[in-house]
Amino acid sequence: MLYNEPSPLEVKVLTRRFGLPDSASIDAYLATQGYAGFRKALAMTPDRIIDEVKKSNLRGRGGAGFPAGVKWSFVPRGSPRPKYVVANADEGEPGTCKDRLLMENDPHSLIEGLLIAGLAVGAGAGYIYIRGEYRYIIEIMDRAIDEARARGYLGRNILGSGFDFDLYTHTGAGSYECGEESALLESLEGKRGVPRIRPPFPAVVGAFQCPTVLNNVETFCAVPAILRDGGAAFADLGTPKNGGTRLFCVSGHVNRPGVYELPMGFNLLRLIGEVAGGVRAGRKLKAVIPGGSSCPVLKADECDLPMDFDSLARAGSMLGSGGVIVMDETTCMVKAALRIMRFYAHESCGWCVPCREGTLWLSKLLTRFHEGRGEPGDIALISELARNMLGRTFCPLGDAAAMPILSFVEKFTDEFEAHVAQASACARRVS
Amino acid sequence: MTFSAELEAKLERVMKSCPPGRERSALVPMLLYAQDEVGAVTPEVVEEVSRRLGLSTLDIEEVVGYYSMLRRKPAGKYHLQICTNISCMLTGGTELWEHACRRLGIENKEATADGRFSLEEVECIGACSWAPAVLLNYEYRHNMTPEKLDRLIEDLRKLG
Repeated sequence: MLYNEPSPLEVKVLTRRFGLPDSASIDAYLATQGYAGFRKALAMTPDRIIDEVKKSNLRGRGGAGFPAGVKWSFVPRGSPRPKYVVANADEGEPGTCKDRLLMENDPHSLIEGLLIAGLAVGAGAGYIYIRGEYRYIIEIMDRAIDEARARGYLGRNILGSGFDFDLYTHTGAGSYECGEESALLESLEGKRGVPRIRPPFPAVVGAFQCPTVLNNVETFCAVPAILRDGGAAFADLGTPKNGGTRLFCVSGHVNRPGVYELPMGFNLLRLIGEVAGGVRAGRKLKAVIPGGSSCPVLKADECDLPMDFDSLARAGSMLGSGGVIVMDETTCMVKAALRIMRFYAHESCGWCVPCREGTLWLSKLLTRFHEGRGEPGDIALISELARNMLGRTFCPLGDAAAMPILSFVEKFTDEFEAHVAQASACARRVS
Repeated sequence: MTFSAELEAKLERVMKSCPPGRERSALVPMLLYAQDEVGAVTPEVVEEVSRRLGLSTLDIEEVVGYYSMLRRKPAGKYHLQICTNISCMLTGGTELWEHACRRLGIENKEATADGRFSLEEVECIGACSWAPAVLLNYEYRHNMTPEKLDRLIEDLRKLG
């Protein structure tokens, strides 16, 4: 199902089957060049498959933006151990709701992407780790896996090629931290989702201590088109070093919130103004979190920029997971910062002290501000606490909590100062 | 303790997905699927899972304590999970949550006396572009308003 109207400005590669009758079925998939990329890959050497993915400039859609082909090439193919491919479908970054749509409307593209990755690295099995709340998605994926197996696209000797590969879904049970790759692997193995120390990276020591390719759902879903039409064609859709399209999830104060597929490098102001219908009620834009709540906030006058990994990094933020959270002039930035920090305090797994204690104390301090009980030295204290979290944890959750709060207090200092003297009009409960 | 045939079929599928010697991998799915049927991760469920996977009950308890969806006490028949994270907050999620608490006369993670409704304030559930969002058990409700929530509660009351 689609939950918002598409935009005429979209460039549909990953979403091109959305809206077709019964688009999740294998028949609809096969009728629209489904598994054509995999058939092509079957005739290629692993190195050529990986080269094609490298050529596409496909970068990890989970948030880090690491080149997918390069990640795949780190798997030691000569290793005698079994190898795995794992799709991260633990979509939990606030502001992000795209992987759900991909799996719901086109589950076979994820299966095909995993098959191609499995072929490229010599894996015999794969897992789709799906957050526990997405129960209906697990059912959709299980049906699609059964269909693919019945038609000979999964199992032993696939399409007579001699390639054996099977695929399973695996449910989470409520944990943002399990979206972090090493915590996800711990959870997959039946443990608490605490991060692993790296190196070694999952490509070398991953699921069940075996070499593992682990990518986001959207990353895998881009792979069939890359093999089918060539890496260069995909790369050309985007900007240099940022191949293809990506699904932007626009939320917050816009007239037409929704998930839209656009070329990498699409201008952020156009995304808000033209694709998403502009800021609601004719109000003025105040700020945008461009890639999920872990990304530093941009002020309205910083938003005239191309949405790709490198441009956002130059602007001091991140493209992240594609969750574009739009805030209009009525938004209280102290309240927004507090809500985000409460989230990280709730989700910190507690493994690393700077993150466990930092998120808790930051959330206490921000509560104080929000209630008008902030003290003059508190802004500096927030910065100091956040800076002492940066780079001092096993996984990026500590940074993910510290970076946005630093951007909020630095860019909206006046609002925080105003809260020192008195509770603002918005000083009501923040969940 | 015995499980329904439907649950056993589900668990068999989970066990099949574990590599040889890695049966522990089934733990989290097994706990959640058992909870769906039993209502909570009760001491009996822990015992049963411990027996099936050859894990100590302590191993299981420490995992149960980690995951927010796993609970020790049953939720209501209709478990309303309301997101108040940033995208939902910006579009009225906090007000929706407060409205639900008032309407049902219960607080976070509480159930009504008749056991029919329970409420939970949840973190991002992946429906940000169609916010504010609510999960009714495992079913998504998008673009919610207090009025829509009232109607939903009324409809569920009629269902019993």
